[in-house]
Amino acid sequence: MSAISTNEAGIPVATRPRRSAQLGMLIFAMIITVAGFAQVGLARDGSLPAGMYGYGIGLGILAAGAYIVVARFAPYADPLLLPLAVFLNGIGLAMIYRLDLNTSADAKATIAAGKSYSYIGPSTTNQLEWTALGIIFFAVTLLVLRDIKIVQRYIYTIGALGLFFLALPGFLPSSISGAMGAKIWIRIGSMSIQPGEFSKLALVAFFAGYLVNKRQAMSTVGKEFGPIKLPRARDLGPILVIWAICLGVLALENDFGSAILFFGLFVSMLYIATERFEWVAIGLLLLAGACLVAPMIPHVAQRIDTWLDPKPYFDGGCKINGVIHNQMAQTCSAHGGQYIADSGQLMRGLFSMGQGGVLGTGMGQGEPWRTPLSYSDFIFTSFGEELGLTGLMVILLAYALIVQRGMKAAIATKDNFSKLFAGGVSFVFALQVFVIVGGVTRLIPLTGLTTPFLAQGGSSLLANWILIAILIRISDAARRPAPQPIQDEGMTQVVNTA
Amino acid sequence: MNQLTLTLMKVAFLAVLWLFVIAAVGVIRADLWGSKAAAKALRSSKPAQPARQPKAAAPRSRRSEPTKLVITQGARAGTTLDLAGTEIVMGRGGNDVTLPLGDDYSSGRHARLFSQNGQWFVEDLGSTNGTFLGRAKVSRPEPVPVGVPIRIGKTVIELRK
Repeated sequence: MSAISTNEAGIPVATRPRRSAQLGMLIFAMIITVAGFAQVGLARDGSLPAGMYGYGIGLGILAAGAYIVVARFAPYADPLLLPLAVFLNGIGLAMIYRLDLNTSADAKATIAAGKSYSYIGPSTTNQLEWTALGIIFFAVTLLVLRDIKIVQRYIYTIGALGLFFLALPGFLPSSISGAMGAKIWIRIGSMSIQPGEFSKLALVAFFAGYLVNKRQAMSTVGKEFGPIKLPRARDLGPILVIWAICLGVLALENDFGSAILFFGLFVSMLYIATERFEWVAIGLLLLAGACLVAPMIPHVAQRIDTWLDPKPYFDGGCKINGVIHNQMAQTCSAHGGQYIADSGQLMRGLFSMGQGGVLGTGMGQGEPWRTPLSYSDFIFTSFGEELGLTGLMVILLAYALIVQRGMKAAIATKDNFSKLFAGGVSFVFALQVFVIVGGVTRLIPLTGLTTPFLAQGGSSLLANWILIAILIRISDAARRPAPQPIQDEGMTQVVNTA
Repeated sequence: MNQLTLTLMKVAFLAVLWLFVIAAVGVIRADLWGSKAAAKALRSSKPAQPARQPKAAAPRSRRSEPTKLVITQGARAGTTLDLAGTEIVMGRGGNDVTLPLGDDYSSGRHARLFSQNGQWFVEDLGSTNGTFLGRAKVSRPEPVPVGVPIRIGKTVIELRK
């Protein structure tokens, strides 16, 4: 019995439990988290912060719980997925704690000055609660999905639910679902959920289940248009319809980040299922087409203008007689101008990263809170300021490793549904990181997506912990050694008929 | 805290972050090529392995009914299937097969497994290369005891309790 075997494609797959490596990496991730907290306290107040013990122990207990569940119920799972997720979640918590201290200080000053104050901002306690819930979801997913094929039985139900929850905020009144220009939330009391985060996973499951049945028909049967071979309408139709509904819904909800995500998901899964490069080419062509059409939508046009040249729009761009001046919306209308957009957030994020440079200012020593939403959408620039390029590279590598481990599980597993599911889930994760990090660094126009595991936000954390549970389940199945025969009767007899 | 301490702390933290990534890559490396410690553990645990006694075909009784089908060798080795009492058709692959084997030496529809009064039978469906139960070629429906290998091409299947 060898610890490393090769699967039918000749790819080496480790087939032994690696609990100690996992535990070691998990402890390492916790040490980094606690060190992050300690550094914040030492830099700001010269002493170890009070929050370090509470939040550190809290996350430590959660990580230990997750480790026990994985060791017990998925012993052969990839040893890196859980530690990487805990690492990102942990440093995210440390950064939110660091921003929380500043806004709390601001809040105290405001209250002391006798002004009314309503608090919307970073909250470490809140984030830790959501992390706890996320890890509970993680454990439940691992316990319920003892075999990933259970999902395959319910793909149509899962797909329908995914679509329903994706569309739901669009039909609810704005008071419940709208915020910051997009209608993607469902607010119940003080809780708000972003159902799109979960729909993403549901639709990956649906596409995987559908394509696994149709892939052969799709890659072989079809009409030829020159060099391109398109599948029959009856094979491609259903996914095309669902995909069009998704994009339509997202356009209505003004959620273009998710629209990019769903588009990429669709193209990548077709490519993985059929192994035909045409799909990538068609996807790129459609994307080019979308780039020509999208600027006609005002919401998108603003984003593109502020992306190409953000300077005129710093703290509000106001068009007076064809020239853009920096003015807030109210002063702008007072001067009879046309208010266009505000790039203040984007530019402050860029300043923040510029301030950080290569080595950063050190945790607790920069001023990242000056960027609006520095604890959620723009948490990446907060890290850029305090950890510098050196730290950002570590964060991006951690994401890349999660994606790599997911893809590895997809390659190693023998089950076709698991292959598609793991491949799709990993690709969506990678694309999400690309869209948000590309957005805040001004590589592509900014669209609001959450930074997985780092940003403050409940739904995103829950969905990403479920995603890690799915990858762990698939990697466990992929790395589990083949059962030994009970009776060993020598070589298999093979009769070859020519 | 003076500036020097803070700077040292900052650089140390970044170094620890990078150590984490390097350690993670080390885990992947050990996964691919094996680590010394793991190889040693494997060597010391090896003598314990042959303790697995071959179980003789269990006597036929209600309690020895198989509940699982396991593929122990072949392209789909490691696949397990819960036996629910319904018929299982095995073959190379395609839509009319319950259990695709992905085996080039098997026929499209190669053999079927079905249960009668709790006893599972294997029947050859006119395959080219034949189906073997233990060492005997299956020419008519044969009862399948738990743990006896069924060979189809390069694939070996067993029923388990």
